[in-house]
Amino acid sequence: MFYREAGDFKTSYEADSQTFPIKFDRYRYYAVLLIGFAMVPFIINDYWVNAVFLPFLIYSIAAIGLNILVGYCGQVSLGTGGFMAVGAYACYKFMTGLDIWLMQDGEWVRYALPEINIFFSVILAGVVTAAVGVLFGLPSLRIKGFYLAVATLAAQFFLVWLFNKWSWTYNYSASGQISAPERTIMGVPVTGAETAPWAAYLFCLVFLTLSALIARNLTRGMAGRKWMAIRDMDIAAEIIGVNPLKAKLSAFAVSSFFVGISGALFFAVYLGAVEVGEAFGINKSFLVLFMVIIGGLGSIFGSFAGAAFLVLLPVLLKNTLVGGLGWPTDLAAHLEFIIVGGLIVTFLVAEPHGLAQLWRVAKEKLRLWPFPH
Amino acid sequence: MKQKLLTAVTAAALAAGPAMADLKIVDTSYRTGPYAANGIPFSDGYQDYFTLLNERDGGIGGEMINLVECETGYNTEKGVECYESTKGDESLVYQPLSTGITYQLIPKASADGIPLHTMGYGRTSAKNGEVFKWVFNYPANYWDGASHAVTHILNENDGDISDKTIALVYHNSAYGKEPIRTLEKLSEKHGYDLSLLAVDHPGQEQTSQWLRIRREKPDYVIMWGWGVMNQVAIQEAVNIRFPMENFIGIWWSGSENDVKAAGERADGYKALTFHNLGSDYPVYDDIQEYVVDAGLAAGAGDQIGSVLYNRGMYAAMLAAEAVKTAQEIHGVSTITPEQMRDGMENLEITEEKMAAIGLPNFGPEFTVTCENHGGNGLGAVSQWDAEAGKFELITDYYQSDQEILQELVKEDSMAFAEENDIELRCN
Repeated sequence: MFYREAGDFKTSYEADSQTFPIKFDRYRYYAVLLIGFAMVPFIINDYWVNAVFLPFLIYSIAAIGLNILVGYCGQVSLGTGGFMAVGAYACYKFMTGLDIWLMQDGEWVRYALPEINIFFSVILAGVVTAAVGVLFGLPSLRIKGFYLAVATLAAQFFLVWLFNKWSWTYNYSASGQISAPERTIMGVPVTGAETAPWAAYLFCLVFLTLSALIARNLTRGMAGRKWMAIRDMDIAAEIIGVNPLKAKLSAFAVSSFFVGISGALFFAVYLGAVEVGEAFGINKSFLVLFMVIIGGLGSIFGSFAGAAFLVLLPVLLKNTLVGGLGWPTDLAAHLEFIIVGGLIVTFLVAEPHGLAQLWRVAKEKLRLWPFPH
Repeated sequence: MKQKLLTAVTAAALAAGPAMADLKIVDTSYRTGPYAANGIPFSDGYQDYFTLLNERDGGIGGEMINLVECETGYNTEKGVECYESTKGDESLVYQPLSTGITYQLIPKASADGIPLHTMGYGRTSAKNGEVFKWVFNYPANYWDGASHAVTHILNENDGDISDKTIALVYHNSAYGKEPIRTLEKLSEKHGYDLSLLAVDHPGQEQTSQWLRIRREKPDYVIMWGWGVMNQVAIQEAVNIRFPMENFIGIWWSGSENDVKAAGERADGYKALTFHNLGSDYPVYDDIQEYVVDAGLAAGAGDQIGSVLYNRGMYAAMLAAEAVKTAQEIHGVSTITPEQMRDGMENLEITEEKMAAIGLPNFGPEFTVTCENHGGNGLGAVSQWDAEAGKFELITDYYQSDQEILQELVKEDSMAFAEENDIELRCN
């Protein structure tokens, strides 16, 4: 009735090919943006930001990144945790002043860049991660499927090992931990302990919004079509003129860029201090991959839905079981595994294309409503 | 998605309104995951002692203790969630029992004004109270432990270990890396060779590390392990027939869970400790009477008297004594976290105090001051007796090499102060 194209006239190609061509959809999108930017920051507190919003926003960026690679380009990757670690450590080096050691007259002399503003540090971290992603994406030109998954798994283990071993990456700290010092944007701290909840939230929200916009527009443009051609059948794609080298490597680069940004935010804004094995282990790779699969491969909305499902559900269950019902914490923790696991299986059986497909079906129903035929 | 968010919002908002507390103490425990075998007894001991105070004495100074438990699974993300969800309503003190979570909470808790007690773990240089106002790590820390182990080896070799090799098997994390710098400094002083063997989380796979030990034949092995890593390491040591009396674990690698799996041949394994062992203390009669018999024991109630149970209870006892001290200083019974901090900073543990609690000769005497948040660094060595099935102290308490450690603490804490623009206190 209200969710349909009828009456929504477009007079230009731009208007016709916009992201949300249906008026209702468009207004809903503006409303979400308005709530996200103008209302939520005024009502959230420490708990909401640190337990709910930050993990949701940051994992959404990671899921968008991985979705480009797995969902759009069809290249399975298990290296997400390692790439997030690259983002985190790169961000740390940039925000604390990247130091370079040069040999001069038989002695090592330290040169350091000035500390870079945190906003640009995060972006630069994405750029560095993109380069690393391309490097580890090279095998994708020769191997596919499970074999590529194993190759990216090697990236995961190698990168974690590297950040444990190479003390330059953690500024030679004794514990091997990196911790984010306070950094500000226009005088407002966004990292460190004194950060106001709204500042951390808005900082991540800006990155998420930008990432989603870029990803959405990339995936429906020429680059995205090339990726999807490669995903659907690489030989056919090559025959119609898609360069597999460029397509695959650009997918790795763009994907790693977003994953790197999420890793940087994960370290700098969310946790504040990380050690690589614990924060960016293989579990993280699987977690983000599950988000993408549950949310829906090849869908930006699916990335949000998957992140929300896997971040919010455990928190919700914990609060209901322990806080609400007063159950013992260990029982609740075990039950949480069972429930989340069970729901994943149920969802995948009921809807193999993920939560995004459920949303698509719902939209289709809405279009026909109230006269289904 | 919005719908789900909304549901989550309402449910969590409903759940986030806890009852008003008298003296709120949070136990961030882990009863699940690869570290649960060690997390459970500690948490049981921590909770049982507060339950005992509630049941027997009606709390501390007439105020009941409200104990809130939160499961972290030894995971830093869950640790943050736990901290944020429980820090309201004047939480008095946090005992995260995880070095990773401690590193996270040091800036957060300092900003929120909640004291942290990281007993025998966490950031060692937090001993310097001039820099770390809100963090306490009495009665001993990792660097003390490293020095205790080396001193023990020195004593066994009549003070000369310049021809010995010591291998450190460590958990490849902030926790495991803590002792390295100390061991290196001590190696300069005493002339032993140090070799470092990292074990990645969670530590089930150590074949290559022990193969190297078998090949290089170090004279002593020191271990910094936790959770399942301990059991595996001790089993591997047994497998390569490493002499167990030359195998020394830090206090987190010396509980019954860690050695029992390896059976008879684990006999002779040594572990450091900073408190006494066993259940031969008057306080255990009270725990039996008021907690266990009343059906109020935490967990399954099967850990009482084990090493880590004792340690959890010791941690709770120190927290309770700090509450008492705070109540005395400020003359009020309901204290705030700020007052709790004062209590911790003026804490004095004497033999009379411990005897009065029912724990005579249980731990070393120590005094906390504004400059020194870490106690005197006393520790002892315990040895596993497989036949009797228990650890027993084989040395008296002795002090760590303060000459070297104080310098290291100063250096590391000053670097932290500079990095974070902290003004020194205590002047």
